[in-house]
Amino acid sequence: MTSRLLFNIVQVLVVLGFAPLVKGVLARLKERVQSRQGPSIFQPYRDLRKLFSKDEVVSDQSSWIFRAAPYVVFIAPIFVTLLIPVLTNYPLFFAFMGDMLGGGFILALGGFFAALAAVDTANPYGAMGASRTRMVGFLAEPVFMMVFFTVSFSAGSTIPYIVQENWISPFSNFFTPSHILVVLSFLMLIIAETGSIPVDNPSGHFELAMIDESKSLEYSGRGAALMKWGGYMKFFVLLCIFLNVLVTPWGLAGSQHIYDLLLAIPLVLFKMFLFLLVLVVIESSLSKLRLFRITEFLTAAFITAVAAILVGLLQI
Amino acid sequence: MMNADSMTSIVTQLNALTDGLFLLSCFAMVAMRQILACLKIFIIQACLLAVSACLLGYLYATEHLFWVASITVAAKVVIIPWLLRKSISDDVYARREVSQVLNIPTSLLIALGLAIFAFALTSPLLPATAGPAKVNLPVGLAGLFIGAFVIAARREAVPEVIGILAMENGAFLAGISIAPTLSLIAELSAAFDGLVVVLVFGLLTRRIYKHVGTTMVGNLTILRED
Repeated sequence: MTSRLLFNIVQVLVVLGFAPLVKGVLARLKERVQSRQGPSIFQPYRDLRKLFSKDEVVSDQSSWIFRAAPYVVFIAPIFVTLLIPVLTNYPLFFAFMGDMLGGGFILALGGFFAALAAVDTANPYGAMGASRTRMVGFLAEPVFMMVFFTVSFSAGSTIPYIVQENWISPFSNFFTPSHILVVLSFLMLIIAETGSIPVDNPSGHFELAMIDESKSLEYSGRGAALMKWGGYMKFFVLLCIFLNVLVTPWGLAGSQHIYDLLLAIPLVLFKMFLFLLVLVVIESSLSKLRLFRITEFLTAAFITAVAAILVGLLQI
Repeated sequence: MMNADSMTSIVTQLNALTDGLFLLSCFAMVAMRQILACLKIFIIQACLLAVSACLLGYLYATEHLFWVASITVAAKVVIIPWLLRKSISDDVYARREVSQVLNIPTSLLIALGLAIFAFALTSPLLPATAGPAKVNLPVGLAGLFIGAFVIAARREAVPEVIGILAMENGAFLAGISIAPTLSLIAELSAAFDGLVVVLVFGLLTRRIYKHVGTTMVGNLTILRED
């Protein structure tokens, strides 16, 4: 019992500690593909330290939402971490507090507060970015639902720890068409939700073209650091759901031994590195879509998810 | 070494996966804007059909399906795309956006509705075709419907031809699950039919393009007498 609680806390610490690293590796890889040197992979840590030591400026026109939003954005991914398998393949202390839908709602709560805070300061770019993120968000919502339905339909459960077992036992289940189609659809969803290239350009500094970045333009000092860190953790958590629950449930700790848990950390990070390579190829070989083409992109993801549930209905 | 039973189940899953990707390629054909991308999707679709035929040939232990696969590869992956590229000038392929009657999200949702309809239509038939190939029938029928929809929704000649060929792919995919030991002569004649269709359409489109300067079939509607 205590060890399960302890392991749950270790998972949270891993997410807190390694989320900036994953983002740094991604930025470095992207620069290397474009044959540039690129920043160090520890740059996100330095950014966070710099922002935490700076003064914070808050507009006196803003309401409590603007002050509360960074904390909500920061805490939401931590709550989701308690529910999903990050390092272990058996349920931990808080695993049955909420299912995948609950996790989705908590993540959406963070996005909701970030959007509200962007509108709160009456910065014109903030409102524009908020409305765009909401557009991407409500188009992504049905895809999320369809993916969850397919996954829980074929696994008979909505708890992520139970779902992951279903895809590899027996091994031929891995090739189930609904599995592969759900993976494709969730990949498109991750690209849309984390603001990667076909949908949004995270490294762009032109306010009129921003989708995701413009929400945190008004923040400075500690608020900006918390928003950034929350964003890194959201990316990390989405990768955990994608890799540990949907694609490759291997490499997780199987026993209650502390060494197994520690061994799982490099294995999970290695899986993430492989996925980042794929993401870099996608981001470097495609161009950013025009804003109204995003509808088509997410419709394609929706169609893929529904095709997965259609084929899955045949009980192959 | 794996025993025969788990091998069979893996091959069944792979066949189902091929069918799932086939369904996806049908949707992709509706979503693509460029003519060249449409042609590439068609080639991928024909490859998937051949893979499915090979896997079913292994499961049913018939050599007919391997013949089907090789005929498909020869006709639809090599000869038909080559003919389409040769018979129609490059200007047509260089055009970036194909105009459609409906916008792409709407077309995709209609295609999805057609696929659900195909699944609902074949569900009473599935117990009769029980076995490893039971995904092929609904997916093939969905391919048939979506191919017909592509013909209706596009305004260009070349994607419409590709739509007809996609219909044929769907029919083949459904056919190999129902009749795994169809005689070779039927497969050959079907493949030749496809070839002749492409040749005739290609030459016709070439002539039209030479005389009129466009291959927009959608413009034919303004050709009426007042």
